[in-house]
Amino acid sequence: MPELLEVKDLKTQFFTRDGVVRAVDGVSFELAAGETLGIVGESGCGKSVTALSLMRLIPQPPGKITQGSIMFDGQDVLKMDDDEVRGIRGNNIAMIFQDPMTSLNPVLTISRQITEALELHLKMDRAEARKRTVELLELVNIPSAKKRLDDYPHQFSGGMRQRVMIAMALSCNPKLILADEPTTALDVTIQAQILDLLKNLAREFRTAFILITHDLGVVAGMTQRIHVMYGGKIVEKADTNELFANPKMPYTWGLLRSIPRLDENRKAKLLPIEGLPPDLIAPPPGCRFEPRCQYRRDICREKEPELIGIPNAKADHEARCWGTQAGGWLVDSDWHRDVGDLAALDAIKAEVADLPPDVKRVEAADDDKKKGN
Amino acid sequence: MSLTPTQTQDQKEAFIQRGRSTASAGSGRNLLEVSALKMHFPLTQGIIFQRQVGAVRAVDGIDFFVEKGETLGLVGESGCGKSTTGRAILQLYKPTGGSVKFEGTELTTLGGEQMRKMRRKMQMIFQDPYASLNPRMTVGNIIGEPLEVHHLAAGKAKTERVQELLRIVGLNPYFTNRYPHEFSGGQRQRIGVARALAVEPDFIVADEPISALDVSIQAQVINLLEELQEKFNLTYLFIAHDLSVVRHISDRVAVMYLGKIVELADRIDLYERPLHPYTQALLSAVPIPDPAVEQKRKRIILTGDVPSPVNPPTGCRFHTRCWKAQQICSEVDPEFIEHAPRHWAACHFPGA
Ligand SMILES: Nc1ncnc2c1ncn2[C@@H]1O[C@H](COP(=O)(O)OP(=O)(O)OP(=O)(O)O)[C@@H](O)[C@H]1O
Ligand SMILES: Nc1ncnc2c1ncn2[C@@H]1O[C@H](COP(=O)(O)OP(=O)(O)OP(=O)(O)O)[C@@H](O)[C@H]1O
Ligand code: SF4
Ligand code: SF4
Ligand SMILES: [Mg+2]
Ligand SMILES: [Mg+2]
Repeated sequence: MPELLEVKDLKTQFFTRDGVVRAVDGVSFELAAGETLGIVGESGCGKSVTALSLMRLIPQPPGKITQGSIMFDGQDVLKMDDDEVRGIRGNNIAMIFQDPMTSLNPVLTISRQITEALELHLKMDRAEARKRTVELLELVNIPSAKKRLDDYPHQFSGGMRQRVMIAMALSCNPKLILADEPTTALDVTIQAQILDLLKNLAREFRTAFILITHDLGVVAGMTQRIHVMYGGKIVEKADTNELFANPKMPYTWGLLRSIPRLDENRKAKLLPIEGLPPDLIAPPPGCRFEPRCQYRRDICREKEPELIGIPNAKADHEARCWGTQAGGWLVDSDWHRDVGDLAALDAIKAEVADLPPDVKRVEAADDDKKKGN
Repeated sequence: MSLTPTQTQDQKEAFIQRGRSTASAGSGRNLLEVSALKMHFPLTQGIIFQRQVGAVRAVDGIDFFVEKGETLGLVGESGCGKSTTGRAILQLYKPTGGSVKFEGTELTTLGGEQMRKMRRKMQMIFQDPYASLNPRMTVGNIIGEPLEVHHLAAGKAKTERVQELLRIVGLNPYFTNRYPHEFSGGQRQRIGVARALAVEPDFIVADEPISALDVSIQAQVINLLEELQEKFNLTYLFIAHDLSVVRHISDRVAVMYLGKIVELADRIDLYERPLHPYTQALLSAVPIPDPAVEQKRKRIILTGDVPSPVNPPTGCRFHTRCWKAQQICSEVDPEFIEHAPRHWAACHFPGA
């Protein structure tokens, strides 16, 4: 099947006073029509920047897509002129953000926000657009939608605003929806409502969607495939069942071990990922997870592993780790039992007590200056 | 009064003999007893002449106790009154009504000086590690301040104590001259913990201490809190909206909805045999990181939003969203009753 979206070696960087932030550093992936993909990883690993890059919404300056290609429906988004990009945004690719207030215009009524897009992209007239808007609001379960058309965003609750965002996203029948932490700001019962809605809509309209979140629970029930990101790179790719049943990257192990589960009975001690996330201005030269990995060996610091297929896993399961690749020392490890090198773990814990990398970098620069004097 | 079918005959008899206890009385090992606690915030109108037009009934009559050495988890959705409960207990707000007893002493009527002495035993850890630390104070002063306020240490002794506290929370003891902005979120939360520990409290209200932290860092702080509890025999009121974390850390759990505690039970009972429909819905809504489990799970999807605490619904506050609601639910506020040993719930139709 031809891919709907094909991202190749995407690099997006921010040129700041402190240096170049390598926010997305060589990310490649594909998505077929109607497919659902989850992107997970902790704060600052480049999830949002990846999504914004796909829509060409990176603020420039300081940001810039410095490399790669983004083929959407056979066209390279990075080679389009501004008009073409605008045509794609909203029309073919729609985005739902974490905070709906940032993308709803506070001075426009709810109906105006949606009718505007319908008139622009689908060339509907006012009356037609208004009628379609009511249908869309009903579709996302806004109670008495007709009566609330002329309300303003602030008159809606957080959950209702997120529904409006979803209605807007659906308004032009997009082929792809990018949902960036769509429920992170919501309460758990409201989150369940919204996820339920998204799931049903995606099924009904066969819209592909990319769900970005830091919550492994959310992607477990919502997606077909998952990509785990760390420090601007994808470190593991697998289908959803495989990723949870047979994770292959020590970072993924760490994530799974550090979160308590609702259905867990034993009050076992959590095993945190020790240390701190990498500084994307001066990332570690080898494996980006090496400073926090208790399975590391010398090669991990020296050379960066590729994201490739691995033994003891499904064919399309890929990981970026020397240990789990063919011939590596973790190929047969049972991640439930083998918690790694305890001496390394202690060394990493000491790191937590120390200053974070960015402060150290500034200090090193200061020291250099002092030496220079 | 009803008993769940899972209780053994012995348990039933023991329970009936003991009779019904109120949620605030409990056993003799209580460090804290809260009863009929109310915290209303006045709503005013007018610019020059402010007149009260109503009240936010943030906490509206709650009963519970906390036993020495235990962790009581307090969960519920945004705005249900968790933080207000924590603050009203520590008398950071003057409660509108009810009683808060700490080691048998009634706090709501204590004078300023006496309360200051009490406060040494009760500390708070805040949600936002960025906002809760004064950016212009060094870490040494942040942690040392309570030592001075309570005349516990000064000069060199203070510095040494601060260094010891930094070591206890897993930070480099030589950071006393640093400012908060030089630390990561997880490290700042450790500084907040060190400050709370400085006065050697017995009781700590931890208000969403990990919500602002990254997933990988959350477990570091949870482990730290658990280790400190063991080491210093601390008692926690642990406030959070993450039900998985609360299950992990708590001995008992209280569920709040719109200013009321609707259910309170030992942790396993609450999670395995929830009695209140709201607890049931809440638990079913939490995603579990396991696709095999997720595919089989049935979710209770609640309709609508949480009503306003200014005009809470009549009768049972949950009746506007409850799928089990009957006529009586909108008329009579259900009592908070012990339905099984140490398992309280406020519902006319509790159980499965
Ligand atoms: N405008 C900007 N200027 C400078 N750096 C930026 C900018 N936007 C993002 N970054 C940096 O790019 C990196 C990736 O950010 P991104 O927003 O993609 O993270 P994320 O994975 O979405 O995290 P979160 O879970 O917190 O939303 C971060 O290190 C961030 O600091
Ligand atoms: N100082 C105040 N003045 C007026 N209203 C207040 C005040 N503090 C809290 N409230 C209101 O009281 C209610 C309960 O607030 P509270 O902060 O206790 O909720 P919470 O359960 O801690 O929520 P969250 O999970 O969002 O922290 C809310 O409706 C809130 O708006
Ligand atoms: S490459 Fe080495 S450091 Fe990186 S995750 Fe694998 S074992 Fe750990
Ligand atoms: S009292 Fe009625 S409305 Fe309230 S929770 Fe119980 S069944 Fe639902
Ligand atoms: Mg983001
Ligand atoms: Mg709060």
